[in-house]
Amino acid sequence: MAHAETKTRRRGGSIDLKVIGPIVALIVLVLIGVALNPNFLSYANITNVLARSAFIGIIAVGMTFVITAGGLDLSVGSMAAFVAGLAILTMNVLTDVWGVGLPVILVGVALALVAGLIAGLINGLLITRVGIEAFIVTLGTMGIYRSLITWLADGGTLSLGFEMRELYRPVYYGGIAGISWPIIAFAVIAILGEVVMRHTAFGRHCAAIGSNEKVARYSSIAVLKVRLATYVLLGLLVGFAVVMYVPRLGSASASTGLLWELEAIAAVIIGGTLLKGGFGRVWGTVVGVLILSLIGNILNLTDFVSPYLNGAIQGAVIILAVVLQRKTGTDR
Amino acid sequence: MADPILSLSSVSKSFGPIEVLHGVDFELRPGEIHALIGENGAGKSTTMKILGGYIDQTAGEVLWQGQPLRFAHSDEAEARGIIMIHQEFNLAEHLGVDQNVFLGRELKRGWRLDHAAMRARTAELLAQLDCPVDPSARVSDISVPSKQMVEIAKALSRDLKVLIMDEPTAVLTERDCEVLFRQVERLRDEGVAVLYTSHKLSEVKRICDRVTVLRDGAMVRSSKVSEITEDEMAEAMVGRELSGLYPAKALPRAEVMLEVENLSVPGMVQGASLKLRRGEVLGIGGLVGSGRTELAEAIAGLRACSGTVRLEGKDLPAAEPHVAMTRGLAYLTEDRKGAGLLLEKTLRENLTLPLLDRFGGLLIDRKAEEAALDKAIADFAIRVPERNMAVGNLSGGNQQKLLLAKTLLSDPQVILIDEPTRGIDIGTKQQIYRLIADLAAEGRAIVVISSEMPELIGLASRVLVMHAGRVVGELAQDEINEGAIVRLAMGLKDSEGEAA
Repeated sequence: MAHAETKTRRRGGSIDLKVIGPIVALIVLVLIGVALNPNFLSYANITNVLARSAFIGIIAVGMTFVITAGGLDLSVGSMAAFVAGLAILTMNVLTDVWGVGLPVILVGVALALVAGLIAGLINGLLITRVGIEAFIVTLGTMGIYRSLITWLADGGTLSLGFEMRELYRPVYYGGIAGISWPIIAFAVIAILGEVVMRHTAFGRHCAAIGSNEKVARYSSIAVLKVRLATYVLLGLLVGFAVVMYVPRLGSASASTGLLWELEAIAAVIIGGTLLKGGFGRVWGTVVGVLILSLIGNILNLTDFVSPYLNGAIQGAVIILAVVLQRKTGTDR
Repeated sequence: MADPILSLSSVSKSFGPIEVLHGVDFELRPGEIHALIGENGAGKSTTMKILGGYIDQTAGEVLWQGQPLRFAHSDEAEARGIIMIHQEFNLAEHLGVDQNVFLGRELKRGWRLDHAAMRARTAELLAQLDCPVDPSARVSDISVPSKQMVEIAKALSRDLKVLIMDEPTAVLTERDCEVLFRQVERLRDEGVAVLYTSHKLSEVKRICDRVTVLRDGAMVRSSKVSEITEDEMAEAMVGRELSGLYPAKALPRAEVMLEVENLSVPGMVQGASLKLRRGEVLGIGGLVGSGRTELAEAIAGLRACSGTVRLEGKDLPAAEPHVAMTRGLAYLTEDRKGAGLLLEKTLRENLTLPLLDRFGGLLIDRKAEEAALDKAIADFAIRVPERNMAVGNLSGGNQQKLLLAKTLLSDPQVILIDEPTRGIDIGTKQQIYRLIADLAAEGRAIVVISSEMPELIGLASRVLVMHAGRVVGELAQDEINEGAIVRLAMGLKDSEGEAA
């Protein structure tokens, strides 16, 4: 039995390391940031970083469920741009009819949520009912939404009317107790996501399907429904991210949400969720989002390395995270 | 007697702090079929992997023709003519049969592959094995026994000196076993040394010359097969006397629990009907691929089918596994690793997976789950070294017990058990047989599907036999014997009246 105990302790040790890996990386980044620029920990900078992370973060929480269930969604960036364009166009039209006012914003918000949900539903149905690979389906819809927003904006930019923009602005720039709305929204969604992933049947079913779909099916889990639900949830969260995004710039163009899908997927993977599915953790994704945006922030605050190299450093971090994941993977 | 070609001299092996093999001596001679038997976890696989050059021993020596030897890689073992056939096949599913046989050693003409020569040679090897598979067929399209034959053809295509086979008959039907035995005997006569493991002692008795018994990582007995009875082998494996492997059969009651009428699964099952009573153990026999599994899966709602299934008098909708489960019908899959358990998840997560809605409301009640696991570990005597370990690290027998616990968690009244004891040791088998008998005695209705004749004979009070997708015969009580089942399974219709 003594043998077994030493074995347990060793195993526990290695799992601990795997769990805290992303957190250690985040702490190291913060220390580097503090060392390079005293303003790094200022209220303004922290608020700025967190608020900008909120869009990717909200989407990445949904992406965690999709990837955990063994799926993938490449379309979220284009989807966000298209939904934003749709919402802005609708609000502009309604402003002409109803005048500037809260009802216009409420319709815009509702439209963004419903459009996101429907877009997710389309992805999910094509994947689960028609049986096409998630990669192919979402690669296709990625192109479609990107093209549609470019067409809607006629190659340029769709802007919300000036007065409407003033009215909608507080949703991004306002807040309570000094914490802005996007940060609060991100935090609430992350906490809900973590609870759902870890403590509900839905989260457990996602992990089971990603781990071995056949076992899940033989355990009388409604595999297709759960899978469909992950894409619908992600679409809804994309819609929600758009609700927070539109008041920031008040516009959408062909370059809105560009590469968001990759940042969201990268955050999920850095956080320790397995790309092949079967295991996911939402808090890890949150850490992953913060790591990615801190890298960009630190490069912007210092003259040390050109901010143009942001993508290169993020890319290196992503590859490193997967290498570390694989090492611990063979341990198990 | 020939000198040993490959032997172990006081070989030990440790994984981390745990020693799993304690000073094993073992000799393999040319022209001999040597059986290595033991319970799960006795160290058979470790011994075979050391002999096959897959892992290194911690202490002691591996001797090749009397000379100490250390393989840097299993390729080196293969170069010497030591071939190991694994239980999980080592075939590239998407490649053709011929491409698999010559994988890594392709025949070439100049710089080009010589497809014609490889195909012809494969056809020759398969013909030797009585295997009617087209050499150009894709491996994913051929049956499990045929895959086994392809593995053997692959071994035959090399200069074979030592053949190590890990439970080759676990996935074969009786008829395919006979073909395999003939081939193994032919190889022995040609001077090949064969190491053979199996949980089926009758097989060992039938084809092996010598048997070595491992228990808890140590060699407890090695003798000529002619000098040891099957009972003595079993006792040496378990370390105690095994009396009454099969418990007394319960008597079926009158009430019909399950009624299947004219059930068909396209291409698999044609017009199957059966009735199952409370307290009854109904056996289903037949060859692998005769539609037994497909029939059970269709009843459990896991396959699309036509026909009617009535559970306790009420129709069960097709292809709705969740409905079948909540109405009290459970199916235990034959594919433990592929469809039964999530190997990288914990015992707790596996146990409660089908029934999470009964553990808490919106949020899962972790405490209730732990309590259910405690109960399962106690009820099914699951040996768990570490509570939070991944299920894949459990031994086969303990995995099977966990799968039983998972299947029975919903307290089903009708239980379909597909291959209840595939690949598990005799001690665990006995436990599972008792459990099945107890479940029947409690008044549950049970279907046991099995390729092992003694299992059907020992457990079932009635046996249906399937052949080519049809139920071709029914044997009751005294009519149940190996001869009758085999004749029906082979599709010999005239046996019905004159069996036994």
